[in-house]
Amino acid sequence: MIPVVLPHYLVVSAALFSLGLAGVIIRRNALVIFMSLELMLNAANLALAAFSRYNGSLHGHVLVFFIITVAAAEVAVGLAIIVALFRRRKSVNVDELTSMRL
Amino acid sequence: MDFPEPIRLLAFLLGMMAFVAVNAAYLVWAERKGAGRFQRRPGPTEVGWAGLLQPVADGIKLISKQVIVPPGADPILFRVAPLLVMAPAMMTLAVIPFSETLVGRDINVGLVFVFAFGAINVMAIMMGGWASRNKYAIISAARVVSQDVAYEIPMLLVVITLLMVTGTMNLNEIVQQQAGWFWHWNLFRLDVNPLMPVTFIIFFICMLAETNRAPFDMAEAESELVAGAFTEYAGMGFGVFFMAEYANIVVGCSLATVLFLGGWQSPFGVGSGVIWFLLKMYALVFTVIWVRWTFPRTQFYSLLNLSWKILIPISMVTLVLTCILLKLT
Amino acid sequence: MHDQLFWFFSIAMLLSGLLVILSRNPVNSAMFLVVAMCFMAGLFVLLEAHFLAIIQILVYAGAVMVLFLFVIMFLDLKAERRRRFRILTFGGGIIVAAAFMVKVHDVVEDMPLVAAKGVAGTTEAVGRLLFTRYLLPFEVASLLLLVAVVGVVLLSKRDLK
Repeated sequence: MIPVVLPHYLVVSAALFSLGLAGVIIRRNALVIFMSLELMLNAANLALAAFSRYNGSLHGHVLVFFIITVAAAEVAVGLAIIVALFRRRKSVNVDELTSMRL
Repeated sequence: MDFPEPIRLLAFLLGMMAFVAVNAAYLVWAERKGAGRFQRRPGPTEVGWAGLLQPVADGIKLISKQVIVPPGADPILFRVAPLLVMAPAMMTLAVIPFSETLVGRDINVGLVFVFAFGAINVMAIMMGGWASRNKYAIISAARVVSQDVAYEIPMLLVVITLLMVTGTMNLNEIVQQQAGWFWHWNLFRLDVNPLMPVTFIIFFICMLAETNRAPFDMAEAESELVAGAFTEYAGMGFGVFFMAEYANIVVGCSLATVLFLGGWQSPFGVGSGVIWFLLKMYALVFTVIWVRWTFPRTQFYSLLNLSWKILIPISMVTLVLTCILLKLT
Repeated sequence: MHDQLFWFFSIAMLLSGLLVILSRNPVNSAMFLVVAMCFMAGLFVLLEAHFLAIIQILVYAGAVMVLFLFVIMFLDLKAERRRRFRILTFGGGIIVAAAFMVKVHDVVEDMPLVAAKGVAGTTEAVGRLLFTRYLLPFEVASLLLLVAVVGVVLLSKRDLK
């Protein structure tokens, strides 16, 4: 078997990103779409960490740190929006959340 | 150590499991005996001398019972939840230095490791409560989350304060820095932070809340919520939750010992070793039991207010104070 | 050892990722997401990014997923279980994902195969970089968190004006 090098990590990262992408398109539940977004962010993290490792610099790690921070903030705000929407519409199905009126 | 690494790890893992199991069993005995003494009654006396075989009898009883999954419950999550409570406690013990050489993995992010796996605990109890499909369990799950999230903040603030003093997250190095007489322990490092004993008390309170111990046992408030998240668990399902509670107490007290009380350092500067670690740790464990049978259970809102309005501001103040003092010296 | 662990972690992670998007019950999705995050932390360890691995577990398993599960538990999501996947969206999703994979494969194909360079992502090394070169982004990130906190408090008020 060929030894594991950078392209392996990148392919795994891309596969995870595609899973997230497919999830966003396929699922209609806002919460699951949100989780798929998390998958995509994580795929980016994996690629960055792998680049860092194979280029001998730590800048990728710093970027991953920021991505995790932003992801945490995004989840908090996003879930608050979903809860607020659910209170009004009694649904988290994005097909039913089409009108612009409150 | 001249053993190959995998064998050493395996031996350590087995030792850890035995340690956790014996502790869980005999801390239950100690708790019941202690509760008895605090209330001027003898506690368990029937099985074995002074009731010492009581945990064995309890264990046999729990194991021989059927694990019932209630209809409507989520069968997989219901079964996984007890394991998810137990496993992180065991994993965190792997980085705790029992003595200079007796440590599973001496990693340079040991401190955060403990908190990372400690956080899984919250999720596991919540899953157990949700998967039971029982209204008491769900109320309990909601309480666990709001309580543990609230108390994680002052705890981490306190730990950050301490990190600035130690300058390392390796638990063994933190202990090594506290060598010498007992006034070298972080608890008495008044030169870098005159409020250090206060931070220790905050840490201890948060530890009580994180392990869901009385007076903060809102998750299992038996007078209002039956048994909270564990209501639907029968037999060993409940048994594992019960053991995990004591395992988490051991982890919390070990961490407090390592961070504040000098870990395996002896208080007189000579003769350090695992015995001092165990002494300090069990002294803290006894305090935990003592607190439980001394204070009544708090109300839920005053519990949250305690964290958000008192503990967080105080720990913020100690954080800033330590920053300033470290810059000045 | 590194290679076997890589295959184990990545296959397990992708499988749980797949189950995240295929589970009907959002709670199961969330649990599989936690599993995927844990395997991701394993991959980080293989990449010598120990600090990131721990942060990954602390933030995702400890904070983000607890929030997710908390919200899922308190929204009544029973009706969602009976829904079926639609062929159109299902096919569309797979086509887009597959197209993306093909593009990435094109990029990766002619990439030079270099060996790993030994840089360990210890807390100290990452911290040093964070507080020197990336100090401004770091402060901006803290501001972002503050904004998020204020935003969440405002959003979760009962009557949204």
